[in-house]
Amino acid sequence: MLKEISALIQKELLLEWRQRYALGGILLYVIATVFVCYLSFKNVIDASAWNALFWIIILFASVNASAKSFLQESRGRMLYYYTINSPQAFILSKIIYNALLMLILSLVCFGFYSLFLGNMVKNLPVFILIVVLGSVGISSLLTMVSAIASKANNNFTIMAILAFPIIMPILITVIKLSFNAIDGSDFSYNLKYFGVLFSLDVIVIALAFLLFPYLWKD
Amino acid sequence: MKKVWWKILCAVFLIYTVIAGFLIDVPRLPILHETIRNQYFHVCMWFAMLILFTTSLYFSIRHLSSGKQEHDIIASEATNTGILFGILGLITGSIWARYTWGAWWTNDVKLNGAAITMLTYLAYLVLRNAITDEQKRGKVSAVYNIFAYVMMLVFILIYPRMSDSLHPGNGGNPGFNKYDLDNHMRMVFYPAVIGWSLLGVWIMTLRIRINRLSLTLSEREGT
Repeated sequence: MLKEISALIQKELLLEWRQRYALGGILLYVIATVFVCYLSFKNVIDASAWNALFWIIILFASVNASAKSFLQESRGRMLYYYTINSPQAFILSKIIYNALLMLILSLVCFGFYSLFLGNMVKNLPVFILIVVLGSVGISSLLTMVSAIASKANNNFTIMAILAFPIIMPILITVIKLSFNAIDGSDFSYNLKYFGVLFSLDVIVIALAFLLFPYLWKD
Repeated sequence: MKKVWWKILCAVFLIYTVIAGFLIDVPRLPILHETIRNQYFHVCMWFAMLILFTTSLYFSIRHLSSGKQEHDIIASEATNTGILFGILGLITGSIWARYTWGAWWTNDVKLNGAAITMLTYLAYLVLRNAITDEQKRGKVSAVYNIFAYVMMLVFILIYPRMSDSLHPGNGGNPGFNKYDLDNHMRMVFYPAVIGWSLLGVWIMTLRIRINRLSLTLSEREGT
């Protein structure tokens, strides 16, 4: 099964490298959004607005990135995958690929965000850790939602409608945690939130792993 | 009589709740005073909603393993009724808040959690409407239902325990209240919970029957 997963991930990376749609397109989306925010907030904004804006940008970039993972596969290709792969390998490979993509995107986003809107983070390593955990969680949840939405006639709207309420636990935890990191609060204060974030990530990936086979059979 | 005993029980309990709820004495607690009577309605709505959503979860899982459409019907009607009770819970809470806190809505963890839960299940309804094929609809909405339930548990059980809340008693939603329930209140509260939950189940069974009948009718017209 590990071989299947690595083969699938290699395929995704290869496809991506050929067209560079995600890396190019969504990167541009992120940079453009950051720039719009920079233009709208002329003066230095306060920490909570900085934080919220950052995560909103990450959220929307994530929705776009994950949407393309299922919504652009044609039926014929899905049937082909069905015959050669196990569903678990398929969903795991998609999750890993999307998580990797989101990781790169969010770190680049953070870079541009600090460039334009200033770097307010006092506790940088913790913040990076939060960005890593958060983007992995958000992207895996959105991959699963995209799989669900792909069954509803590949509609992007339905994916957004389904995704936003469900993503709220992860989003709220991450915003709280990163606000503490920006303030530079003591690390021990955050431990319970970290616990929640980590367990949310694990729950989402486990649920996706268990439930995707039911979606697999068309 | 065997089939309707619980419906009669439900009606009796609800009438008892409404009458006794307003007439029997309640303990005087700070801030709450007489409004603690809202507990007979507001908290019971959440209990009923939880019972209905758990039923819906159970039948969603059964539908995934068996593929029978009956289970899907029960799951979806349980969710519909659960959403109704959730909205009623939000409304009763909001009315209470207007007179106690002075605002219809506040920025409070529990309230936000309840509102987002409603959004999640409303998205479930949208998803069901978006898929036309019945088999697919059942499976896909079952998968989403499981996600929605897990997230709901996170929202209404885990988050409120992690931060302070204006909301009376920290065990509010489905947990057991620390309101210092005295025996008078217990006399009304327990029947109220049972009564409202039975009402929810009653509404759900009616909807299931309507749904089954319309399915049979459409099948008959088809052949």
